[in-house]
Amino acid sequence: MPAVEIRHITKRFGSILANDDVSLSVRQGEVHALVGENGAGKSTLMNILYGMESPDSGEILVDGRHVFVTSPAAAIVLGIGMVHQHFMLVPALTVAENVVLGREPVRRKIFLDRDGAAHSVAALALRFQLGVDPGATVAALSVGMQQRVEILKLLYRDARILILDEPTAVLAPPEIDALFGTLRSLKDQGKTVILITHRLSEVMSVSDRITVLRHGRVVGDVETAKTDRMALARMMVGKDLELRTHSPSAVRGEPVLTVRNATVNTPRGLPLLHDVSFELFSGEILGFAAVEGNGQSELVDLVCGLRLPDSGSADLQGNPAGARVAHIPEDRIKRGMVGEFSLAENLVLGRLHDRRFARWGVMNLDAIGGLAAGVVRSFDIRPPEPGRALRKFSGGNQQKAVVARELGKESPLIIANHPTRGLDIAAADFVHGALLGQRERGRGILLFSSDLGEILRLSDRIAVLFRGRLVAMMDAGRTTEQELGAYMTGAALKAAS
Amino acid sequence: MLDAIFSAAFLWQTLRISVAYALPALGATFSERGGVVNVGLEGMMLIGAFAATVGTYVTGSPLAGIAAGIAAGSAVALLHAVVAVRFGADQIVSGIAVNLLAIGLTKFTCQLVFDSSSNSARIAGIDRWGSCLPSGLSPFIVLTVFLLVVANIVLFRTPFGLRLRAVGEHPRAADSLGINVFSVRFAGVLISGAMAGLGGTWLALDQHSFTDGMTAGRGYIALAAMIVGKWNPNGAVAACVLFGLAESLSVQLQGSSIPTQLVQVIPYILTMVVLAGFIGKSTPPAADGIPYERD
Amino acid sequence: MTRWRAILWSSLAPALAFVIALAAGALFILAVGRDPISVYTILFSETLGTWYGIGQVLFKATPLIFTGLSAAVGFRAGLFNVGADGQLAVGSLMTAAAGAALPASSPMFLIPACILAGMAGGALWGAIPGYLKARFGSHEVINTIMMNFVAAALISYVVNNFFSVPATVHTPPIRPGAELPRLDVVSGVFRGSPVNLSLLLAALACAAFAFMLKRTTLGYELRVIGANIHAATYAHIAVRSRIIVAMAIAGACSGLVGSNMVLGYKHYYEIGFGEGMGFLGIAVALVGQNHPAGIVVAALFFGLLEYGGLTINGMVPKELVTILQAFVILLVIVLTKVLRKSIRYAAG
Repeated sequence: MPAVEIRHITKRFGSILANDDVSLSVRQGEVHALVGENGAGKSTLMNILYGMESPDSGEILVDGRHVFVTSPAAAIVLGIGMVHQHFMLVPALTVAENVVLGREPVRRKIFLDRDGAAHSVAALALRFQLGVDPGATVAALSVGMQQRVEILKLLYRDARILILDEPTAVLAPPEIDALFGTLRSLKDQGKTVILITHRLSEVMSVSDRITVLRHGRVVGDVETAKTDRMALARMMVGKDLELRTHSPSAVRGEPVLTVRNATVNTPRGLPLLHDVSFELFSGEILGFAAVEGNGQSELVDLVCGLRLPDSGSADLQGNPAGARVAHIPEDRIKRGMVGEFSLAENLVLGRLHDRRFARWGVMNLDAIGGLAAGVVRSFDIRPPEPGRALRKFSGGNQQKAVVARELGKESPLIIANHPTRGLDIAAADFVHGALLGQRERGRGILLFSSDLGEILRLSDRIAVLFRGRLVAMMDAGRTTEQELGAYMTGAALKAAS
Repeated sequence: MLDAIFSAAFLWQTLRISVAYALPALGATFSERGGVVNVGLEGMMLIGAFAATVGTYVTGSPLAGIAAGIAAGSAVALLHAVVAVRFGADQIVSGIAVNLLAIGLTKFTCQLVFDSSSNSARIAGIDRWGSCLPSGLSPFIVLTVFLLVVANIVLFRTPFGLRLRAVGEHPRAADSLGINVFSVRFAGVLISGAMAGLGGTWLALDQHSFTDGMTAGRGYIALAAMIVGKWNPNGAVAACVLFGLAESLSVQLQGSSIPTQLVQVIPYILTMVVLAGFIGKSTPPAADGIPYERD
Repeated sequence: MTRWRAILWSSLAPALAFVIALAAGALFILAVGRDPISVYTILFSETLGTWYGIGQVLFKATPLIFTGLSAAVGFRAGLFNVGADGQLAVGSLMTAAAGAALPASSPMFLIPACILAGMAGGALWGAIPGYLKARFGSHEVINTIMMNFVAAALISYVVNNFFSVPATVHTPPIRPGAELPRLDVVSGVFRGSPVNLSLLLAALACAAFAFMLKRTTLGYELRVIGANIHAATYAHIAVRSRIIVAMAIAGACSGLVGSNMVLGYKHYYEIGFGEGMGFLGIAVALVGQNHPAGIVVAALFFGLLEYGGLTINGMVPKELVTILQAFVILLVIVLTKVLRKSIRYAAG
C-alpha cells in the first residue's frame, strides 16, 4: 500500500492552472523526488498535501485511507510534515523551544518543562543522527544545522512522511552530502521522504523514484535507476536543453576595480571581511562562490560604496567606489525596486542626477516615459504597460527591469548578486546573455551566486570567500564543483593565488 | 531641599509615581512581545481612570472601582485587538484612534455624570492598609511588584509565554505548527489593556478624582520605558522607576524658583534623550508592528 | 481600472465609514435621551443650510487641510507625524510674534513674513524629532508626542511670562497690515463667518504638495523612502537628510495654521489654539488617502463635524463629535483593508 496517493488533484489560482489533474503515488520507505522548473506546480501540490492550500478537486489517500488535509495541524496529525524552503524557525528561541513549540511538555499543568524538552530533543537527535545542541539559539546556527532543527520538529511530532522543499538551495556541497546521509538514515528507520527540487544531479544520487511536473501536469513517473539527467531535463522543459557552456573572454584589459587589504569588522571588532585583495579587469567576469554569511554581503556593500572599509581600500579606476556603480541586488523586491511604482519610475531609481531625467530638482516625465518605452522593446518586457505597478509583473520581468536600469547606467563595473534567483530558464538565460554582452563591451563584472553551475558557466575567474577571507582564486576552466565546494566550506585551505 | 530628596518620603513618592508608569509598561510588554504595537495605552489608562472613578463613586467601594478600571481598559483593548489583529489594519493608527476615542468618551460621559467635562466629584482611595507597614507603602506598590513577578513567570516559564514570544518573532512559523496567531495576539493585547486600565485606576484613586487628560502622556512614556527595557518586564519596570524619579524630582522642584512649566518638561525631554541613546542597542520582537495575514 | 473608477473605489471606504459612524452616533444620542433625527437635522441644517454655516465649516476645515498635509507629507515618506499639535502651536506663536514685533509696513511684506515665521517655527518643531529619527533611529511617534507636551509647557511659560496681554493668556495683537481679510469682507459671501483668505493659502499648499510629490526629485525620493527604505539606501538616496527634510516640511505645513487662526481670525495667539487639530489632521490624511484632493474633501467633512458639534452642544455634549471622529478613523482603516481583500478575491 502506498504511503501517499494523490489522485486527480486540480488547483487553480485565478487564471493560472497550478495543478492540472495530477496523480502520483509514493511508496512506503522510499525517497521520492518531485521535479520540475519554477512554476511547474510542485510547491502548490505539496502545499495541498500539507494542508496549506485546498484543492479544487481530487483526493488524497494516506496509508490507503481517504483524508481531508484542512490545515498544517491536520497534516501533522496524519503524520505528514514539511520542511519549507524558507525555514519556519523562530531565530530568537532555542533549538528545543523551536522543536516543542505548539506541543510543549508541561510540569504541574502550567509550567513549561524546559528540561524535559531538552531531553526529548537530545534523544531524537541521537536516534536519527541529527547532531545539534538543544540549548543553542537558532539564530546562531549555520543553515545546515537549522535544517536539522526543522527535521527534528517533524520527528518530534511523529511524522512518517516528510516533505522537503528545495532543501539544498541554501547548502554548500559538503552540507548537501550530510543531508543525503540524513535522508538515508530516515529511510532506514522507515520514514518516507518526498523531495521537491529542480537540481537534477541531486535527484539522481539520492532518490528512488521521480515524478516530473511541467506546467502543472505530470509528464513523467520513473524509477531513478532507469533514467538519466538528460531525459529528466527533456521532460522538465519539453525540449532539449542547450546548456550554455563557458566561453572565454576576448577583451580582457585594464583593471576596473582594485581591492586592497579590505577589512570590515562588526561593531565589536570581529572580522566579517579580512584582508581581502584582488583586481577585476575590464572585459572579464569574476565569480565569487560562497555560502551566505562568509563575507559576500560586506564585500558587495564595500564595492558599491554603501560602506567604508575599516581598513584597506576599494577603488574604481583610481576613485573610491561610489554611487555610480551598477548593482543588480540579491533580493530585488527588497532592495532593487519599489513595487508600488510603475516601470518608468523604477527605471530612474538612483538615476535622477542624470540631466536627461531631472533638472534643478524637477523631473522630466516625458524623457522618463520614453526611457520606459525603449526598455520594454529592447528587453522584451511583458505586459507592455509602463504605467502598471511593477509588483504586478512576473519575477522574470521585474528582474529584467532591474537589469535594464543597472546596465543603463553605463558603469565600468557591474555587480550581479544572484541575478537569476527565482527566475525560470528563459528569463535566466536572458540575464546571462545580457551580462555576457556587457563583458564583450569591456565592462568588469563581479558575479555573486550560490548556484555553482551558474558561476562555472559565466565566470572567467572564480574566487572563494570563507569566513571573510579570500581562500582561492583560479581560472574557471581549471576547477570543478567539488573543488569549489571544498574551499567554500574550508575543507581545503590552499594559499590564494 | 537636598535632604528632602534623600529621605524615605521621597523614595516612597518615587515608587508611588512609578506605579503609574510601570503598570502600563508591563502590559505593553505583553502586547508587543506578541507582535502588536499598542500606542493606545494612553487611552486605555484614561478610560480605566474614568471607569474607576465612576465605579468608586457609584458604589462607594474602591475595589469596585479597580474592577471597573480593569474591565474598561480591557474593553478598549478588545477594540484595538479587533481592528489591528483581526482586520490587520495599521496598529499605530488604531492606537491613536483609540486614544482619541478615550478623550471623547471620557469627556462626554463625565459631562453627563458629573456635569463637567473636565472634573469629576471626589472619590475614596486606597491609602493604607494597617499601621504596621511604612506609611508610604501603598498597596499598589506591592501589587505592582507582584505583577512583575507574575509577568516574568508567565512570559518565560509557561507554554503561553513561549507561544506569545514565538508569535511576536515569527508568526508564520508558529502558524505552521498549528498555533492560532490571532488568539495569542488577542490575549497579549487584552492583558496590556487590563494593565493599562489598572494603571489609570491607580491614578484616579491616588488623586481621588478624575480630571480630563490626567494621564498626561504616561502611556507613551511607558512605551518608551519598554523600549529602553528591551522588551523585558524587568528592564521596563526599571526604566519606569527612572521616569518616576524624574517626575518625582519635578514635583519637588515645583515650590522652587524654577518655573513650573520648565520643570514639567523634564519627563518628556528625558524620554527623548533616553530613547535616542538606547535605539540600536534595543531590538524589538521581529514581527512587532506587522499585521499577520493568513493567505 | 479607469481613473474615475479608481476614485470611486477609494472613496467607498471613507464614505461608508462616515455613514456607519453617524449611525453609531445615533446610538449615543439615544442613550442621552434625545432624538437622533432632530439632533442630526439641526446639525446638518446649521452647517450646510446657511451661508454662515458653510463659512464656518470652511473656517474649521482650513487648519485641517494644513495639518492633513502635514500628516500626509510624513506618511508619504514612511514617517508617522503625530506632532502636528505642537508644530502648529509653535508656528502660530511665531506668526503672532512676528505680526506684533515687526515694524508696521505694507501687507505685501508683513503677511508673507508672518506666514514664513509660522512655517519656520513649525519646521523647527518637526525637524527635531526628524533629526532624532535620522541620527539615532528613535521612533518618531513617541518623540513627536513628547514634543507636543514640551511645546505646550514651553509656550505656556513664554506667553505667560514674556508675551501676554495682562490678565489674558494671549499675545498682543498683530499689526493691522498683517491681517488676512475675511472672505465676507473681500467678497460678501459667507457673511458673518470667520473664513478668510488663508483658505486660498490652503489650496495653494495642496497644489504645491501635489507638484512636489509627482514632479520633483525630492518628492520622488521621499516616496521611495516611504515605500521601500531598503531600495532607497541601495539607490544611494541620502535617506537620513531626507527624513529630516520631510519632517521639517511636515512641521512647516502645520505652522501654516497660524495664518488662519492668527492672521485671519483672532489677530493674536491664545494658549490652547488649535488643540487637537494635529490628531484630526492624521484622520484627514488617512481618509483622504494622502492625496491633496482627498485631503481637502476629508477636511471639509471633519470641519463639518467640528462645527456641527458646536451647533448641537445644547442637546448633546459636543464631545460626541470627537467620538465620531475616532470611529471614522477606525472604520476607515478597517474598511480599506476589507475592501482591498474583496477586490483581490473578485479579481481572482
